[in-house]
Amino acid sequence: MSNFVASAKSLLLVELLRGMGLSFSYMFRRKATINYPYEKGALSPRFRGEHALRRYANGEERCIACKLCEAVCPALAITIEAEPRDDGSRRTTRYDIDMTKCIYCGLCQEACPVDAIVEGPNYEFATFTREELFYNKERLLANGDRWESAIAANLQKDAAYR
Amino acid sequence: MTELKKIPNIHAGDDSTDPTIKTYSMNFGPQHPAAHGVLRLVLELDGEIVERADPHIGLLHRGTEKLIEYKTYMQAVPYFDRLDYVSPMCQEHAFALAVEELLGIKSPPRAQVIRVLFSEITRVLNHLLNVTAFALDVGAITPLLWGFEQREILMGFYERVSGARLHANYFRPGGVAADLPHGLAEDIAEWSKNFPKLIDDLEGLLTENRIFKQRTVGIGAFNAAEAEAWGFTGPVLRSAGVAWDLRKAQPYDGYENYQFDIPVGQHGDCYDRYLIRVAEMRQSKAIIDQALVRLAATPGEVRISDRKITPPARNEMKLSMEALIHHFKLYTEGYHVPAGEIYRAVEAPKGEFGVYLISDGSNRPYRCKIRAPGFAFLQATEFLAKGHMLADLVAIIGSLDIVFGEIDR
Repeated sequence: MSNFVASAKSLLLVELLRGMGLSFSYMFRRKATINYPYEKGALSPRFRGEHALRRYANGEERCIACKLCEAVCPALAITIEAEPRDDGSRRTTRYDIDMTKCIYCGLCQEACPVDAIVEGPNYEFATFTREELFYNKERLLANGDRWESAIAANLQKDAAYR
Repeated sequence: MTELKKIPNIHAGDDSTDPTIKTYSMNFGPQHPAAHGVLRLVLELDGEIVERADPHIGLLHRGTEKLIEYKTYMQAVPYFDRLDYVSPMCQEHAFALAVEELLGIKSPPRAQVIRVLFSEITRVLNHLLNVTAFALDVGAITPLLWGFEQREILMGFYERVSGARLHANYFRPGGVAADLPHGLAEDIAEWSKNFPKLIDDLEGLLTENRIFKQRTVGIGAFNAAEAEAWGFTGPVLRSAGVAWDLRKAQPYDGYENYQFDIPVGQHGDCYDRYLIRVAEMRQSKAIIDQALVRLAATPGEVRISDRKITPPARNEMKLSMEALIHHFKLYTEGYHVPAGEIYRAVEAPKGEFGVYLISDGSNRPYRCKIRAPGFAFLQATEFLAKGHMLADLVAIIGSLDIVFGEIDR
């Protein structure tokens, strides 16, 4: 009897038709895709995207050139040079990140004692040339100014876990 | 022997009288879509029958093991994500366990539960990709699309917990990088409730499908003794009927407290390997559910409180001079690991992923040897594919679950 059932099933293409029916039923489900770039997926506060150098509310840059990020970077992507400024405070004269070397591990922002270097929520920074990905201090500070509100909100949300 | 038909070698402009058909060599990959990354096989074919399959490796070699010798233990963790990039956290797990054992520490209970939880999520991530890509290799496109929809959700969990969708840098020696954010456990539970439906759908398309079975049943088969001789581990070993799983055999991070079964195959063929991976996803789902219950019952720290090994919390670092000194020491010099050597292995989704560490007492490993399960699978391609058709070779490679990040490392 079971042989007969099996042969009948085989002859009538039962499993193939059932599979087709299943695929067909997916046509009526809510679609899973989003219409990028007009719609974007959600990001968590911990997302590690493009780097940014932040400033204090009074416009003073946070980075004090302690070079912890340079020391901890596994990819050796960060280069820092520092000198005392005219007012006697120690600041960077050069802060470069080679974004082509960076592996986005997040150790720099973990290491930073003053929350100056952060990996912000921006992931749309593809360029046409390599050279555009060699970020200097100016570029990083500009990123910070541009993304400050989002970065500050994310840091605040994640503060309890860090 | 029957007389073979005379085939003139037209390429050599020769129509003389060599009576045999010679085998010919062909490159399979490294840019073949069915080659799963940068696999290059030099095949010797007799018609469509594989006579010899010679895998050439090294196209994705990045010198990971050597690089790790020049990194502190904290800096070495991201390198493990990039070995088998389909199951990142399981590899961090092996490294974290090895370093912890050398240091003589144990991660806190909550960290262990989180590690188990995310190891199993990683297993589902890996098996979803492998099963569906394998189906794609043998001609079914739909499962891949469904699988990726689920992977998207799971990588969302990765991103919420670690900040990256793939290269997590999350399991650290001494615990995990940060606790689960609020609401994530609930979302994982919600996903886990709906997940069996997706497995059922996948099975509905594949398990009984005659085309799928024709391509996989009896292909690339081996027995238990051969599997052990070739050094197979993981689902590939279990497909031949050997119930060997490091989660049961050498439990780590509290796996002994979870109830789950080890699916075992019978024939050691591609179809059994597919069935085992599907069954393992169901088991992983069961472990995830148990881990979520345990997680709710295990409050506390996720990193050990020894400030010589794990950095202090940020608010503490900003207020306490001592904490700041610890912070600076850890992020520049790192921690020193007592001299010694250790081999620690975890049951990664692909098999036994092991890390052999030698420490000379400094802040960097003296040697870090990585045991990648895929390497053992790849060396057996000739043994498995010999006598099969060229198209079956694709099925065999797909069912072995080869990822070149870990083989070439």
